[in-house]
Amino acid sequence: MSLTNRSKVVAKKELTLMESLYLPAIFKGMAITLSHLFKRKATIKYPEQTREIAPVYRGQHVLKRDEAGAERCTACGLCAVACPAEAITMEAAERNKGEESLYREEKYAKIYEINMLRCIFCGLCEEACPKEAIFLTDRIVPSSFTRGEEVFGKSILVEDVNERVDVTKRQTPDVLSFKQDKKHAHNQTFQDRLKQ
Amino acid sequence: MDQIIIYKIILCVIVFAVTLGAAAYMTWGERKLASWLQDRVGPNRAGPFGLLQPIADGLKMLFKEEMIPTHSNKWLFILGPSFFMLTACMTGAVIPWGAGFTIDGTYFPMQIADINIGLLYLLGVISIGVYGIMIGGWSSNNKFALLGALRASSQMISYEVAMGLALIALVMLTGTLNLGEIVAQQDADYAYIVYQPLGFLIFLICAFAETNRAPFDLPESESELVGGFHTEYSSMKLGFFLFAEYINMFISSAVMASLYFGGYNFPFQHELGLEGNLLSAIQTAVFLGKILIFIFIFMWVRWTLPRFRYDQLMNLGWKVLLPLAIFNIFITGLVMYFTGKL
Repeated sequence: MSLTNRSKVVAKKELTLMESLYLPAIFKGMAITLSHLFKRKATIKYPEQTREIAPVYRGQHVLKRDEAGAERCTACGLCAVACPAEAITMEAAERNKGEESLYREEKYAKIYEINMLRCIFCGLCEEACPKEAIFLTDRIVPSSFTRGEEVFGKSILVEDVNERVDVTKRQTPDVLSFKQDKKHAHNQTFQDRLKQ
Repeated sequence: MDQIIIYKIILCVIVFAVTLGAAAYMTWGERKLASWLQDRVGPNRAGPFGLLQPIADGLKMLFKEEMIPTHSNKWLFILGPSFFMLTACMTGAVIPWGAGFTIDGTYFPMQIADINIGLLYLLGVISIGVYGIMIGGWSSNNKFALLGALRASSQMISYEVAMGLALIALVMLTGTLNLGEIVAQQDADYAYIVYQPLGFLIFLICAFAETNRAPFDLPESESELVGGFHTEYSSMKLGFFLFAEYINMFISSAVMASLYFGGYNFPFQHELGLEGNLLSAIQTAVFLGKILIFIFIFMWVRWTLPRFRYDQLMNLGWKVLLPLAIFNIFITGLVMYFTGKL
């Protein structure tokens, strides 16, 4: 049975006179290579040109701060659970008095590490996050000489207070409303379910 | 008399420089063309369009560590590449690069040595060229190098036979072995490709085999023999082998252009109304253009056709090209007899 109709029946037959001269076949091959001379080159001359990427490209992660500059992450661990590559680890700590401007919730991530060598940039962590804290951005993860450098800690992941990372292309109003709509089971808390 | 000797020395230097320069930039051209045929961009980092790449490559070759294997015959090991380079450069002496210039009533020919057995000299020097490969491969004391050298010598000897026979049919037409005269005859008459299409095809195929170019690059065959005859070579000695291949290519293009495509002559050259030195300069430029076209064909074929298997190579040489060349001589003789040229 044939699935594609592209299979050819191979037969070992004697070459005709024209074929055994090989010259027509050679000229045909030469024409093919010559046609490639005028084709558009596939190369992107990297340092001068960069490759175009989609607006919703999934690159290096960012840990967002809220409007007041406090870290949004509450170290719930849902991103680590959602991660199919098990690239995310974290260690939670309790917020002390006087740290309200630093951390939004009472609990925060003391250590938050993503292993960029394990990460497959699927974006499931972003989908799982209930606090709008982690996002994938259009930045490309830089290469490094050691494996250790590829484990990104909070110093790299958390955005700077003065230099916010733009995630509006990934966090559109539609996405936001979908993530907060209580109709969907994944957005319901335990209390929500008790009320129903 | 002194004047002509000084002129010949200057011409020697010019031809040498042009040949070496052309060979250097043919490496660049080859890499560019190869990448274009494969939808790539090619060397473009050293200078504009990568034009300084040959200089960078040459410097790299010069500064590489020189290695001579302990168990090799040191003098023969050095002699191999030198010999190969020498014979490659020697062939340029008999080629008429142009019609010549007349300055203050003195005639300056554009040919270093106008000898009456130019064609024979050419074949002789080409067949000496195989010694460079053979000596280099044998003195390396390495299995792969020896195999490559053996392949090279048997290949070159096999194809020289067909090449010589293809030329005999041409010589029957020209009646002379003098390259300058052969080119001059094509000014009065048509280019010899019109009379010798089969002979040209045989000569072209043999030229590919003689210069060890793909699809006949069995002596080198980097994918099966490591590097063939130059496996043990490093530094500029390797550079000489690689460089001489390009010089051979340049010279054989020049030979094909002058024997079959009218050399420096071009159609309607006398109807242009140009005289003397200006016409001569244009003719030299046209000749270089013809050489460039042949070099392009050399490279184009290399990046199209896969390498022959060894038995196929021998079959083609002895069982196809040799009978074809003899057949060509026969037909040429018959035609000459019935047209009353004989």
